[in-house]
Amino acid sequence: MNNSALMMWLSTVLIVGSFCGYFFYRVLTAKKKSEPDSYSENDEQA
Amino acid sequence: MSTNKEAWGSRVGLVLAMAGNAVGLGNFLRFPVQAIKNGGGSFIIPYLVCFLLMGIPLLFVEWSMGRFGGKHGHHSTPFILDSMDKRKFWKYLGVFGIFTNIAVAAYYCYLESWTLSYAYHSVAGTFAGMTQEGVNDFFTNYVSLGTSQPIVFWLICLVLNTWILSRGLSGGVEIVAKIGMPLLIFFGVFLAIKGVTLTAGEQGAVNDGTVGLNFLWTPNFDTIWEPKVWLAAAGQIFFTLSVGMGSIHCYASYLKSKDDVALNAMSAGWMNEFVEVVLGAAIVIPISVGYLGIAKVTELVQNGGLGLGFRSLPFLFQNWGPTLAAVAGFMWFGLLFFAGITSSLAMGTPVMGFLQDEFHWKREKAAWTFGLIILLLGAPAVFFFNEGVFDEYDYWAGEVALVVFAVTEIILFSWVFGMDKGWKEINAGADIKVPTFFRFIIKYITPFILLVVLLGAMPGILEKIANPKNSAVMIARFGLLALYVGICYVVFLAYKKRVREGRFH
Repeated sequence: MNNSALMMWLSTVLIVGSFCGYFFYRVLTAKKKSEPDSYSENDEQA
Repeated sequence: MSTNKEAWGSRVGLVLAMAGNAVGLGNFLRFPVQAIKNGGGSFIIPYLVCFLLMGIPLLFVEWSMGRFGGKHGHHSTPFILDSMDKRKFWKYLGVFGIFTNIAVAAYYCYLESWTLSYAYHSVAGTFAGMTQEGVNDFFTNYVSLGTSQPIVFWLICLVLNTWILSRGLSGGVEIVAKIGMPLLIFFGVFLAIKGVTLTAGEQGAVNDGTVGLNFLWTPNFDTIWEPKVWLAAAGQIFFTLSVGMGSIHCYASYLKSKDDVALNAMSAGWMNEFVEVVLGAAIVIPISVGYLGIAKVTELVQNGGLGLGFRSLPFLFQNWGPTLAAVAGFMWFGLLFFAGITSSLAMGTPVMGFLQDEFHWKREKAAWTFGLIILLLGAPAVFFFNEGVFDEYDYWAGEVALVVFAVTEIILFSWVFGMDKGWKEINAGADIKVPTFFRFIIKYITPFILLVVLLGAMPGILEKIANPKNSAVMIARFGLLALYVGICYVVFLAYKKRVREGRFH
């Protein structure tokens, strides 16, 4: 591969792979929210 | 009361289902072709800029709109849009979110059935010993209905989709996403490694796999300011994320009101990008260039990725020996099948949600009704494929309707519903801090880009209208129009029913 193609490919894989991994990790490790006592309590708009 | 008591079983299941909704055959067949046609490696720059300025904002908007509608008991776009403004016409524009899903599912299930059939034929060894012409003729014969097999696989696919839908979100869609997405990524990684590590002179390869990567990723910065490149990038981002369909709204409408949408949207969106940019770019082109050479692949990509995927790869896999050819064929068409089914299931849920919400139908009845509609509407695409009915559905429902609906929803969200309320919706329960500049982007930049995309598509739309290919295409076109009007009428009946029953937000 020529240098410019290699640079484009590697930087894209790195950027996209990192964002994908980071956000999915955040989803996996996010704390579970406790359920509200009632529907109205769960909804400011209602 | 609505009979709709669906819910997601887990957050990971929801994110995988949303990512599965976005990941489709286009990730593997359309993206690499678009990149080659529009500047190679430099295409990724407008592509990622469009993802940032149009894709991510639309994901935030659709997830938020869906959750907002769900709070009021709405799980399909006609009444989700209706709940965001007092003017009554929005629900008829929201019909796009039902229409598009039905019309796209009608032809998409047929395409999905090809992948199932080809996965079977790969394992059965049908392609073993076939010449390139033989594989090519097999495909031509297949879509010309030379045998009854395409019909059989199409019906299997329809029944499978409908049955899974009838099992509900957590018991059907979510399970398929949890199995299908990891398998898809595993198959993709295996094929990408095989493709990239091809060595010239071994197993009939004329080039190294990296020659294909070089061909795809060598940037041509001279093209970067060409409007057509930016339009292609915007179009690719638009279609790859499944925005403008109404399926994201529907999935998000089953969230609880304080559940996060911002992180979920980012995770699902970037997962789709990973599959498209990292895996999608490393399979078809490296393998094709490895065996056919750059000149032949340059010629083939002019006809789109479908030809490479179905007419060439089954033949090229034969170079790997009978066992590995069967495994690779099964993995390739298997990953396309999983990409397809996770998307087609997402197309069924808004229709079912609408029927369950408005007419109190049970889930099973709604699912089988959807299946029946797809069977009836899909039949012309199957039987008149060579007359162009399939492409006609794809153009009007799979391209034009998406852009029109996206323009509609972004205007409603940022200008009518208002960015103050809209921004609050995006951030409610958010597990990440959404950068404030997205507020400006959603209000000004995204609508502008979408309007440019729509205006850019106008000459093509007018040309299509003026030059119908044949009478079958004309009938298909009127059929789609009748479908839209018919759904508007059903929405009108649902609205009257809501008024009679005093069921309003």
